[in-house]
Amino acid sequence: MSILVDKNTRLLVQGITGKAGGFHARSCMEYGTNVVAGVTPARGGELFEDKVPVFDTVREAVKETGCNATMIFVPAEFAADSILEAVDAGIPLVVCITEGIPVLDMMRVRAGMQGSHSRLIGPNCPGIITPGQCKIGIMPGYIHKPGNIGVVSRSGTLTYEAVWQLSERGYGQSTCIGIGGDPINGTSHLDAVKLFNEDPDTHAIVLIGEIGGSAEEEAAAWLAMHCKKPVAAFIAGTTAPPGRRMGHAGAIVSGGRGTAESKRKALEAAGIAVAETPAVMADTLIGLMKK
Amino acid sequence: MNIHEYQAKELLEKFGVSTTPGSVATTPEEAERVARALGTNNLVVKAQIHAGGRGKGTFKSGFQGGVHLCKTAGQARDLAEQMLGQTLVTHQTGPDGRKVNKVLVSTSVEISRELYFAITIDRAISAPVIVASTEGGVEIEKVAADMPEKIVRMPIDPLLGLQPYQTRKLARQLGFPSAEMRAACKLFASLYRLFIACDCSMVEVNPLVVTKGGDVLALDAKFNFDDNALFRHPEILDYRDLAEEDPREVQASKSHLSYIGLDGNIACLVNGAGLAMSTMDIIKYYGGEPANFLDVGGGATEQQVTEAFKILVADSSVKAILVNIFGGIMKCDIIARGIVNAAKIVNLSVPLVVRLEGTNVEAGRKILAESGIPLISGIDIADAARKVVAAAAPKAA
Repeated sequence: MSILVDKNTRLLVQGITGKAGGFHARSCMEYGTNVVAGVTPARGGELFEDKVPVFDTVREAVKETGCNATMIFVPAEFAADSILEAVDAGIPLVVCITEGIPVLDMMRVRAGMQGSHSRLIGPNCPGIITPGQCKIGIMPGYIHKPGNIGVVSRSGTLTYEAVWQLSERGYGQSTCIGIGGDPINGTSHLDAVKLFNEDPDTHAIVLIGEIGGSAEEEAAAWLAMHCKKPVAAFIAGTTAPPGRRMGHAGAIVSGGRGTAESKRKALEAAGIAVAETPAVMADTLIGLMKK
Repeated sequence: MNIHEYQAKELLEKFGVSTTPGSVATTPEEAERVARALGTNNLVVKAQIHAGGRGKGTFKSGFQGGVHLCKTAGQARDLAEQMLGQTLVTHQTGPDGRKVNKVLVSTSVEISRELYFAITIDRAISAPVIVASTEGGVEIEKVAADMPEKIVRMPIDPLLGLQPYQTRKLARQLGFPSAEMRAACKLFASLYRLFIACDCSMVEVNPLVVTKGGDVLALDAKFNFDDNALFRHPEILDYRDLAEEDPREVQASKSHLSYIGLDGNIACLVNGAGLAMSTMDIIKYYGGEPANFLDVGGGATEQQVTEAFKILVADSSVKAILVNIFGGIMKCDIIARGIVNAAKIVNLSVPLVVRLEGTNVEAGRKILAESGIPLISGIDIADAARKVVAAAAPKAA
């Protein structure tokens, strides 16, 4: 078992004829993901890689192929519209990889999604993968291994680092979710740990956060009350100077809020083991599981 | 991106936000003309640099203060002459100071009340929020800590926007009497319009003042703009003043690299923002000090890696370099070729520690091994961090 994506996922790729969209659609197909459709406006009727039909609109793609998840690779200035199009077409899982979407656009998307049944992952994220079954995103598939650890993270390569450490030590993953580094995103740390908590095949959780906002603190408070599974965490950005945006639009410490220190304290208060350095993310969790 | 005070004033005026009249000048003569046109005996001349603490700053010429009140156009001219072309040092500029190329000449007002007013995005509710206080002109963080009851927070529905009744509610919460209410509401509404129209991530008016004459004015405003939205605001990009920015950061942004200069001596080159921050953290954990944050991104080219290296070695405080790459989209062989190229072009005089993992790692390691570049290999992130800290440490005699 796993969360959100598995063998039955039928994937649509919005922006499939673009350079990045095409490259990663191919890499997902090679991994074994069932890519059933693509959408690029005004390119309807084409075939991607001689087999995947391309449609002009998401609604047509859903009607013709029964796709139940979408991966968005549309450029930042049009990405908000693409998310809303996927939501309007009733796709249950919308994964937006695109980085650089204006914050006000995402604010309106979030408001516009109220009451819909779609879940958004991202934007500005590596995507989601259930090892051995379905990869939606840009992560290198081969570092993952099927297993029972759930991983949720705001960052891309730092997640690969954690997954690599786990796989190297023989600990496979149920599902890994990159929720993205933007200040406003679809799925939060809290949403992801709730799903992992309910999944019988996820036995332990790695939560990777970074400076800025209070999403890690919210997840910590919930975990303390409701989760019996071992949880290890790491927070990036201990050394980041205040007031400077560290690459991710969300990674900024302002007015003394959202520091690595305050997050670490909240997590530890909730009984979560916090890794001292990024080198021991897996070992911290494994130590906890052996207790 | 930051903008100058005079540019902020232009933006405020464009959106109908009441502020003190004034204009920018680049010569003493121009300052005199601006002062004369203002037609008042209450003038202020302010040096235009991005750093704060101008009033208490000192010019390298010995002239005290980057903000001065005066009475006549002639005095405004003399003050501008003392400031223009000179270097102002404040507690925020560092000892090098900043050269003053422009001054703002405006009307000074007699203040009866100072307030604080800001609009920002509250991530927790994905909506804009107004944060305001009757305690203006001071540090708002201090007010929030000492007197939290003095802070008013008003979330705004992202789809409805700021409603007129909300501006009235806010005016009353901030103690505006009926006679001043209309002016206060107009100011709040105009600032919100500006915030949305310009894709700001923060607008901060401190102080927002009520004058002795009963006018409600935005006396000084700070803007933060959403970098992701600058593509649709060429008019705001035009405000960018490269002379005010860290030259290393300017150079990096030309190559689309995300770089932030810091004070340490260990340079790092990493792919991905989260991993880049963690690499800085682990350097510090093992007793070193990072010289920078540098994220080459997910899909960097060989040329970008070379450019990144040039920026790192140009920094004379750098005593060692750590490359930490986890190849996903970014392939390790690309990084390796970038390093080899850079080593040919730049004079690599400091120790280089490289840790590669992920996509095409074998090819990458082979390229580095065959290049003959003297480098130290890190087995994992901890090993690499320990080695680079040791390499940067002063050698025992």
